[in-house]
Amino acid sequence: MGLFNKFSSSKKDKLDEGLSKTKENVLKKLTRAVVGKTKVDENVLDDLEEILITSDVGVNTTIKIIDRIEERVAKDKYINASELDVILQEEITSLLSESENESVNGFEGDLPAKPYVIMVVGVNGVGKTTTIGKLAAKFKNAGKAVTLGAADTFRAAAIEQLEIWANRVDVPLVKQKMGSDPASVAYDTLASAKSNNSDVVIIDTAGRLHNKVNLMNELSKIKKVMQKVVPDTPHEVLLILDGSTGQNAFEQAKQFTNATEVNAMAITKLDGTAKGGVVIGVSDQFKIPVKYIGIGEGVEDLQLFDRKAFVSSLFGKR
Amino acid sequence: MFENLSEKLEKSFKLLKGQGQITEINVAETLKDIRRALLDADVNFKTAKNFTNRVKEKALGQDVLAAVKPEQMMVKIVHDELTKLMGGSASELTLDGSPSVILIAGLQGSGKTTFTGKLANYLKSKKSKNPLLVAGDVYRPAAINQLQILGEQLEVPVYTEEGNTDPVKIAKDAIKSAKQKGHDLVIIDTAGRLAVDQEMMNEISSIKKAVNPHEILFVVDSMTGQDAVNTAKEFNDKLNFDGVVLTKLDGDTRGGAAISIRSVVDKPIKFVGTGEKMDALDQFHPSRMADRILGMGDIVSLVEKAQEQFDENQARTLQKKIAKNQFSFDDFLSQIQQIKKMGSLKDLAGMIPGMGKAIKNMDFDDDAFKEVEAIIFSMTPEERDNPALLNGSRRKRIARGSGSSIQEVNRLIKQFEDTRKVMKMMGKGKGKNLSQMMSNLQMGKK
Repeated sequence: MGLFNKFSSSKKDKLDEGLSKTKENVLKKLTRAVVGKTKVDENVLDDLEEILITSDVGVNTTIKIIDRIEERVAKDKYINASELDVILQEEITSLLSESENESVNGFEGDLPAKPYVIMVVGVNGVGKTTTIGKLAAKFKNAGKAVTLGAADTFRAAAIEQLEIWANRVDVPLVKQKMGSDPASVAYDTLASAKSNNSDVVIIDTAGRLHNKVNLMNELSKIKKVMQKVVPDTPHEVLLILDGSTGQNAFEQAKQFTNATEVNAMAITKLDGTAKGGVVIGVSDQFKIPVKYIGIGEGVEDLQLFDRKAFVSSLFGKR
Repeated sequence: MFENLSEKLEKSFKLLKGQGQITEINVAETLKDIRRALLDADVNFKTAKNFTNRVKEKALGQDVLAAVKPEQMMVKIVHDELTKLMGGSASELTLDGSPSVILIAGLQGSGKTTFTGKLANYLKSKKSKNPLLVAGDVYRPAAINQLQILGEQLEVPVYTEEGNTDPVKIAKDAIKSAKQKGHDLVIIDTAGRLAVDQEMMNEISSIKKAVNPHEILFVVDSMTGQDAVNTAKEFNDKLNFDGVVLTKLDGDTRGGAAISIRSVVDKPIKFVGTGEKMDALDQFHPSRMADRILGMGDIVSLVEKAQEQFDENQARTLQKKIAKNQFSFDDFLSQIQQIKKMGSLKDLAGMIPGMGKAIKNMDFDDDAFKEVEAIIFSMTPEERDNPALLNGSRRKRIARGSGSSIQEVNRLIKQFEDTRKVMKMMGKGKGKNLSQMMSNLQMGKK
C-alpha cells in the first residue's frame, strides 16, 4: 500500500524536528526576555509569563511556576539568565514528576498483567485510532502478541480505519457491525485475547465530548463489562489529548477521570506549532503521568514520553 | 476551574463601590481579571492584551448606574467589544457558479469530514441544492469510507477514485463529473494537514488552483488553544480562505479561539458545529459566542432590562432600607412586581450567570408569585411594615383572606425573614448569591 510506504519512510529526526519548532520559538523568546539583564526583574517575569501562556500552560500553572521562581529569586538574589533557564527547567520538570506514580514501562519491558489491557478514551478527533495503530505496531515489534478491539461503533468508518491498521501491523482485530454495543465488542475482544493468549489488548472507543453524560456513562459501562472477563481491567486507561488543545484539556481530564479513572495520557500532534503546554498543568493537577507523545504520522513517531527530554527540548537543551 | 468572569469581577469591584465613575485606578484590578478570563478561555495572549486596553479606553469615565453593579457595566462593555470583534451579522456562503465549488481545509481531527456531510445536508435541505461530495482525503485510513457512509445516510452521492492518490486530479475529475450529472454544488473534503507541513500545504494550494473554488472554508476545533492564531494565519496566507467553521461547540470549551482567529485574519466565522448528528450545524452568532467566552448567561440582556425597568432612585432608597434591615413586605411586593415586568421567571433566572445550567430542567411556574401576592395583599399596612406583629390569629386571618392555608402563610413569612437576612448580608457587601434567594422562593412552592 502506497500509504504505508509514506508512513514508514525514515523520519528519524522527527522528535528533533517536531519539538525544535517548539524549542526555537521558546528559546527565541526567552533569549529576548533575558538579554542584557543580570537578574530576574519584573519585565523578565512578564516575558516569561507570555512564553508560558502562549504555550498553553494556562494562567494557574503559569502563576504557580512564576511564584516558585520568584521565591527562589527572593532567596538567592542575583539570578542571571542561564540560572533562570536551569531553574525554569527544574520547576517545570518537577510539576510533571510529581504526578509520576509508577515507573513507565517501555514497549520491551515486562508488563504487569497478561493480557495487559489498555482502554483508549478521548474527545473527538484527538487521534485515538491512529495512536492505537502505532501502539500496536510498537508492542508487536517488541515481540508481544497484540489484539485490538474496535469498540468505536459509532463514527462512520471508524471500524474500517482500525481494521486497516490491524492489517498493516498484522494483529488480530475483534469487531462487530457499526452501531453495535461497544461494551459487547470490548467483552468479545477480551474473551478472544484470553483464548489466543495475547500479551496486550487495546480497546478503541468512540470519541465523545466529556460533557455528554450518557456517553460518559457508556464508557463506565464498557469498563465494567470488561471486568467480567478479566478482573482489574483495564490496567491502563489512556486519555488522548490533542497537543493543540487549550485549557479545555483540564475539563477533559477531569470528566474522563471521573468516568473511567484515567491513569495515563498521550499527547498527539506535537509536530505542529502547538506546544502542548497544557499537559504540565493537567499532569500536575490530576497526578496523571504522560506516557506517550505523537510527533508525526509514522509508526515511529509515537514515542515514550520522557519528561526531562520534553522540558529540556522545550528550552533548547538535550 | 472555570470561574466565570462576572464572579471574578464581583470580587475585584469591591474597590469601586461607592464611586460614581469608572476611573483608571479603580479599573486596573478588573482589567487584570478580564484579561485572565480571556486567557482561561484560550484567547491568544496578545489578542487579550490589546483587547483589554481597548476595553479600558471605553470604560474610563463611564457613569455607574445605581441599579446596575459596576462590574456588570464592565461586563457589558467587554461583551459589546467582543461581539464587535467577532463581526456583526452572520455572513452567507457564496454559491454562484455552476456548479459552485466549496473547498474544506483544516488540521487533522478538526472535524472536516463530519462538517462536509453537515454542509451538504444543510444546503440540500435549506437551499435546495443538489450536491456532490468529493473524497479528497487519500491519506488517512478509511477517510473515504467515512465520507461514503455519511453520503449514504444523507442520500448525497460521493465522488471517489479507487486507487488514485492524487487529490488534485480527483478534485478536477469530480467537477467534470458534477457538470455531466447536473450537480449545482461540489463540496471537496481534504486530508487534515499541519500548517508546518510544506508539502501538504502546497498540495492544498494546488487543489485550489485546479478547481478555483467559490468558497474555501477553514475548519477549526473550538477547543484549540494558543496555537489557533498560527494555524489560521498559515492557512490564510496559503489559501486566502473565505470563512471559518468552529466545530465541537457542543462541548464545554469557552471557544476563545474564535477571537484569536478573528484578530489575525479578517474572515467571518460562518458556521458552528454543535453535535455529531448531521443536522447539528448552526449559523454563527457573535453575541452568543461572546457570552460563552465570558462564561456567563445573558448578563447583558439582564443589565439592559434592569436599566429599562429599575428606577434608580427607588433602588437607592431600597438599598438603604436593606442596609438598615427595614425591608418590608411592601418592598417585597414591589420587587416581585418589578421582576414580573422584566419577563418570565425562567428566562430571567437563566440570565443570571451560573444559573443557566442549574435551572435548565427545572419547571418554573410564572404564577408562583400569585399566591405570595395574595397573602401580602391580605396583610394590613402595619403588618407589612412590621412583620413582627404577625401572631397566630393574624396569620389565621391572612390565610382566610388570601384563600391559602395557614402553612402557606407561615412558609412565606419564614421565607421573607430568610430573604431579609440574606439581603442584609448583601447590603453589607458580604452577600454571595442571588441564586440562593431564588431557590428559597422556589422551594417554597412545593
